[in-house]
Amino acid sequence: MAVMQLTEADLTALAFGCGLLGAGGGGETRTATLMARESVRTRGPVEVVRHTDLAEDDLVLPCGLLGAPTVSAEKILSGDEAAGLVATTEERLGRRVTALMCLEVAGSNGLIPLVWAQRLGLKVVDADGIGRAFPMLTQVAMSVTDQKVAPVVITDERGITVTLEGAVTSVWAERLCRTVATVFGGRAAVSLFPMHAGDLPTASILGSISHALDLGRAVLGARDRDGAVRRIPGAEVVLAGMVRDVQRTTANGFVRGHALIQGVDDDTGRLVRVEFRNENLVALEDGAVVAATPTIISVLDSVEMSAIATEDLVFGQMVTVVTLAAAPFWYTEAGLEAAGPHAFGYRLGPEAHS
Amino acid sequence: MSRADFRLGIDVGGTNTDAVLLDDDLSVRTKCKSPTTADVVSGIISAISLALDTAGLDPARVGHVMVSTTLATNALLQRRNLLRVAQLRIGAPATTALRLLCDWPEDLRASTVGAALIAPGGFETDGTEIGVFDDDLIRRFAEDAAATCDAFAVTGVFSPHFPDQELRAREIIREVAGEIPISLSHEIGSLGLVDRESAAALNAALAGVAAELVRSVEAALRASGVACDTYVVQNDGTLMSGDVATRYPVLSIGSGPASSIVGAQHLAGIDEAIVVDVGGTSTDIGVLVGGRPRSSVAGASVGGVRANFRMPDVISIGLGGGSVIHGRGAGTRVGPHSVGAALKDRAVVFGGDTLTMTDAAVWARRMRLGHAAGLASHQRELRWAMAEATRLLRTAVGRFHIAGEQTSVAVVVGGASELFDEKDFDLELLRPEHFESANAVGAAVARVSREVDLVTHASGPERERAVADAHRAAIDYALAAGADPRETSVIAVEETPLAYAADGAVRLRVRAAGPIARASSR
Repeated sequence: MAVMQLTEADLTALAFGCGLLGAGGGGETRTATLMARESVRTRGPVEVVRHTDLAEDDLVLPCGLLGAPTVSAEKILSGDEAAGLVATTEERLGRRVTALMCLEVAGSNGLIPLVWAQRLGLKVVDADGIGRAFPMLTQVAMSVTDQKVAPVVITDERGITVTLEGAVTSVWAERLCRTVATVFGGRAAVSLFPMHAGDLPTASILGSISHALDLGRAVLGARDRDGAVRRIPGAEVVLAGMVRDVQRTTANGFVRGHALIQGVDDDTGRLVRVEFRNENLVALEDGAVVAATPTIISVLDSVEMSAIATEDLVFGQMVTVVTLAAAPFWYTEAGLEAAGPHAFGYRLGPEAHS
Repeated sequence: MSRADFRLGIDVGGTNTDAVLLDDDLSVRTKCKSPTTADVVSGIISAISLALDTAGLDPARVGHVMVSTTLATNALLQRRNLLRVAQLRIGAPATTALRLLCDWPEDLRASTVGAALIAPGGFETDGTEIGVFDDDLIRRFAEDAAATCDAFAVTGVFSPHFPDQELRAREIIREVAGEIPISLSHEIGSLGLVDRESAAALNAALAGVAAELVRSVEAALRASGVACDTYVVQNDGTLMSGDVATRYPVLSIGSGPASSIVGAQHLAGIDEAIVVDVGGTSTDIGVLVGGRPRSSVAGASVGGVRANFRMPDVISIGLGGGSVIHGRGAGTRVGPHSVGAALKDRAVVFGGDTLTMTDAAVWARRMRLGHAAGLASHQRELRWAMAEATRLLRTAVGRFHIAGEQTSVAVVVGGASELFDEKDFDLELLRPEHFESANAVGAAVARVSREVDLVTHASGPERERAVADAHRAAIDYALAAGADPRETSVIAVEETPLAYAADGAVRLRVRAAGPIARASSR
């Protein structure tokens, strides 16, 4: 059986890849990586299976964290959050969950479900809902392809569970999950869109964990900055520079704002503005769009080449802005409608999607 | 009766203990070096008596003593003299996914952590308790741990916003364990549990080293007939009192680099510059901004441990005057090993058998020392090593330069400062008089600072009044510590909104600083 075994050494690469795919969001990977490392040290490598290794009607549960990354860096998880997600889902559907799937293989959300799965003795499937990070639960492939949302389970480290059923849609799941997360102290663990393994090829992004690993290994295997970017498959450098200004406000569970990056070395004289809402959405230069969602825009530390989350951007950082194509799913008409510039209130010409 | 109008600056380094005497006009009157000894105290005594003898000064004329040191950093790197710490985290049922200090190097963790507990409690962002704080559980933990540990470190979830549980835990531990060092994370680090827990643990583990340093300095002063208070340089280049240094050792962990930057400022008389401190084993590159050492925006990493207290923003390269050049021809390498204090016996120019960076500097006619005759057969290696040193320096300086610092001047200090010259920089180079004692001079001229840390729930005009009161309190506090009233001001204000607190409460930290009042103005 084609099973991928993730060892401690793989976790660093996976974290780098998840950071890159996070496009500034998805939560910081530092504490999540430490958790995954602890888990691998006590329980052995993480088993990741391909969707074809599962039976057509095996139940796969997408899950992850939702809320403020600053809360997660302070209020570390108990590690047992998924027990409530899985038990409640199994009780409602009257059948066992076989594998967990990351809602997004991005930031901490590409690592935490691996820890949860190990604790519960479940498999992890090499797929996810986005193939990058997006701010809203409506912006996952399962929602765009109209998979059944319920039961939506929301839980915390205390073991309180809230279940959304009946006529709940992804729009309502988004509103209610974020409200409950706020009441829980700014963060919640959620699961929704429980689905059959047979639906994964149409309703998920396949191979996401492998992709994140490949990206991370490419960066870690490089000798220097230019080499690192060249080795990231499909990556293009927007510019290398210094963060000159960051404006950021936190409201309704989102971090909104922009960063100004002034070019250095070969990019001296250039100024690029990156706008974000949890994730980096648009990069602008001289009033023109350089890159826009769904294309991944990541701001990397120029020395470490690790991705910097939008909430960690500060004046004076030396950074390299790179772009990376998102999964083809997001460039379809339905994908662009859900997560293209228009979905975030931008009125850009069609060329911005390329 | 004589006036106490001199000040004594002491830098206890890994290799040498430096002492300088400055007069009331802050001019350097004597400077001397003495090897740092294993017991620390005898090295300080010899440095002090050498300084007093050279100046022919009555010890009673010394009014202030200021100390900077790298002892804490060295203790961590060498895993020496660290206390066994009982680690308490308050946050269950949250946080149990991570062991305490899980990202520490295993050997450091094993030699430091004597007992560990994750107890119920901690706070949500709005002040709601996560778990129920349990006095009895913590009392039992303290009773058991007190038998095997020498210090406690306490870290509660969101304690920088809500310190009550950490304070309560300290009360309980005091009742059980008596006068034992107890570090509370909210006094040391900022938000981010893992790094703050590391900061608190480092602080607890280093309590012995810090207490020993302060005791040694005081014993050395008594032995030398000097009777005055001791100050210690902290990470931002300002001074704290000896008793504060004993309680918060991490606050002085960066005092070596910080004081050399302050010393460079004083000696060169310049407020904006890149400061390069070339020692025997390594070269530290930092930045002077507005006359002060710039702090790092990211957290600190000390001895392989990441923690979130402020440190001077310094890049260290493993290359100094004693660095060994090894290999031959194309295989030539330099450092990180250094001959250290044995330079005068081992360098080729001094008749030794070890090729060092000092030999390279003599070959390049930058230093005039010993006999260059023995260098002829090593030309290729020496040329390579000198070029490599320049390359490493330029890369490090370049990182500061592109980081938006508008300075055009580099101040080069430290015992091996002549390793570099103007050609190595794209900057004007200053090598001020007394460059080799910049650390001790920096300690002697550093300003004294004090901080007020409080939470205010007030709003509107009442808030403004609370802020103004905090500013006044910080200044009064600095004056009480010896700052000159005419030149003392608030140097840093940190307002942290307690994000989700309904009444818009703010944690306010106000730091005031001023130069130590001169005898002529007292």
